[in-house]
Amino acid sequence: MNNQEQKASKRLTCIVCPMSCVGEVEIADNQIVRMVGFTCKRGQEYAKNEVTAPKRVLTTTIRISKGVLPLLPVVSQTPLPKEKIIECARCLANITVKAPVREGDAVYKDILGLGVDMIASRDIEAVGK
Amino acid sequence: MSSLKFDVAVIGGGPAGLAAALSARTAGAKDVLVIERDRELGGILQQCIHNGFGLHRFHEELTGPTYSGRFIRQVKADAGITVWEDTLVLEVRNDKTIWAINPQQGLIGITAKAVVFAMGCRERTRGAIRIPGLRPAGIFTAGAAQRMVNMEGYITGKKIVVLGSGDIGLIMARRMTLEGAKVQAVVELLPYSNGLTRNVVQCLEDFGIPLHLSHTVSFIHGKDKITGVTVAAVDQDRNIIPGTEFELDCDCLLLSVGLIPENELSRGIVDLDGLTSGPTVNQYRQTSYDGFFAAGNVVHVHDLVDFVSEEGDIAGKFAALYAQGKLPTATNVVAVKAGQGIRTVVPQRISWPDSSGKVRLFMRAQEPAVRVKLKIAAGEDVLVERQLPIARPGEMIVVDVPFDKIPDCTQEISVTLQAVQGGGLRE
Repeated sequence: MNNQEQKASKRLTCIVCPMSCVGEVEIADNQIVRMVGFTCKRGQEYAKNEVTAPKRVLTTTIRISKGVLPLLPVVSQTPLPKEKIIECARCLANITVKAPVREGDAVYKDILGLGVDMIASRDIEAVGK
Repeated sequence: MSSLKFDVAVIGGGPAGLAAALSARTAGAKDVLVIERDRELGGILQQCIHNGFGLHRFHEELTGPTYSGRFIRQVKADAGITVWEDTLVLEVRNDKTIWAINPQQGLIGITAKAVVFAMGCRERTRGAIRIPGLRPAGIFTAGAAQRMVNMEGYITGKKIVVLGSGDIGLIMARRMTLEGAKVQAVVELLPYSNGLTRNVVQCLEDFGIPLHLSHTVSFIHGKDKITGVTVAAVDQDRNIIPGTEFELDCDCLLLSVGLIPENELSRGIVDLDGLTSGPTVNQYRQTSYDGFFAAGNVVHVHDLVDFVSEEGDIAGKFAALYAQGKLPTATNVVAVKAGQGIRTVVPQRISWPDSSGKVRLFMRAQEPAVRVKLKIAAGEDVLVERQLPIARPGEMIVVDVPFDKIPDCTQEISVTLQAVQGGGLRE
C-alpha cells in the first residue's frame, strides 16, 4: 500500500456558528494531517471531533403504559457515537415504561452498553390521577 | 354560565403565554388567567422533543418539553395564576370581554383589565400553495405529523417526501427516519435552505437524505391514498422548468411550507402588519388598541423560543402595569421601518415616555448575504451600526437600541442592511 491510498480527505460544514464554514480535513494513518477552511478555534475543534469521533444527542420516544399519553419523550444523557444512533433508536422501539414518570428520570440505563442513560424529558402522569 | 374578572387574561398557554403570565404576576397583577385550548400547557413545545432549546435563557440545550416544563411548574405553583386547559376562546371584544367554552364550565364570559394575545402561529397547508393533483389521504403539515408521531403514537407513513426545508421539515425528516420510515427527499423551492445549518447537517447529511434546492412538488399522484409526487426544478422566478420533472414514490407527503401568526381572535380589534401577519406593537408589545398586548409567534414567527419567552416577559409586565393604571399614555410615537435589505422589523413603533431603557429590535433579512452592514438611523442620525459576517432570512437579527440615543423629536427610525466591500448575496 502506498501513501496515496492511506490518505483520505473529508469535506465538512461546521455547525458551531451561523457562518457555516465549509472546510476540508485530510487524514492519513488515522491522524489528521491537514485541515483547511475552518476559520476559528471552535470550528477546528468541531471538525476534529467530527472526523475522529462524531457524536450526537439522541431524542426519541418510548412507549408508556397507563399514562395520559401513549409516548414518553426521552433524551440521551450525553451525546452518543453517531454510527450507533439508529441502532439505539431501534433498541428503544422495544421498550415500554409505566406511568407516572418524572422529567429527569433515567428510564433506560446504559443503552447498548455505551454507558449512557436515556432520560425522560417531561413528566407524564398516570391515567385517572 | 360563569362570569369572572381578572387583572390580566392571557390567551394561549405556550412559551409566550406562560412567560407573560409569570411576568405579569411579578409586575404586580393580582389575578392572572391563562386560557389554553389543548389538554395541557406548553403549546407546540410539547411535540418538539428534539433538543436545542433554551441556550440563551438557560445556557443549556433542552428539549421542548423540558423547556416548557420549567415554566409550567412555576405557573402551577403560583396561586395568583388561574389556568384553564381544554378551553377554547370563541371571541374577544374590544371592551376586553372574552367568551370561552370548556366541558366543565360551559360558556364563560370573562372581563379583564388587560389582555395578552399569545396564540402562536399556524402552518400553511396544501391549499395555501395550491399543488395540483387529486386529494388523496397521506398529506400532512409537518407539525401535525410531529404531534402524531411524537405524542399520540401514530406514524403518518413509511415512505416520505418532505416539501420545504425550514427547521420543522428538516427535523421531521430525521424524526421519521429514526422511526423507521424511508425519507425519499426534502424538496425546497428556494435556492437555499431556510433551516439552520446544524439541522441540514444533522438531520439530512447524517442520514443521507437528498435535499433538492430550487425544486418543488408539481403534482400529487394517487386518488384515495397518495402514491407519489412529481418533483420539478424551478427557475429564478420560481416557475417550473419543463422537462426537469422526475417522480418519487411515497405514501406520505409532509408540508413544511411556512408559518403564519394566528390572529383569528385579534383581527378586527388591532391593526395587523401586512408583512409579519401579526399585530403591530410598540416596545411594550402593546398593540394598536390600548390594553391589548401580544407576544411570541402571534406577533411574528421566531426561530428561537428564547426570544418568544422574552417577548412574553415584556408583554406580561406591561399588561400588568396597564391593568394597574401605571402605564402612561403615549405622548409621542416613532415609527420603525424596514428599509433596504430588511423584510420585517418588530416592534413597529416606539412610544414615549419609555421605561425600558433600551429597545430590542428583531429583524429579518430579505435575502441571504455575507459581509453586510446593519444600520439603524433616524434621518441622518445613525443610532446603531453593526457589521454582520452573515445574514440569513431564517435567522432573526437581534439588536438593542439604547433609548437615550433616539432623538426625541424624530418621527421615524429606519433599519437597512447593505453589503460592504467584498460582501453581497450568498450563493
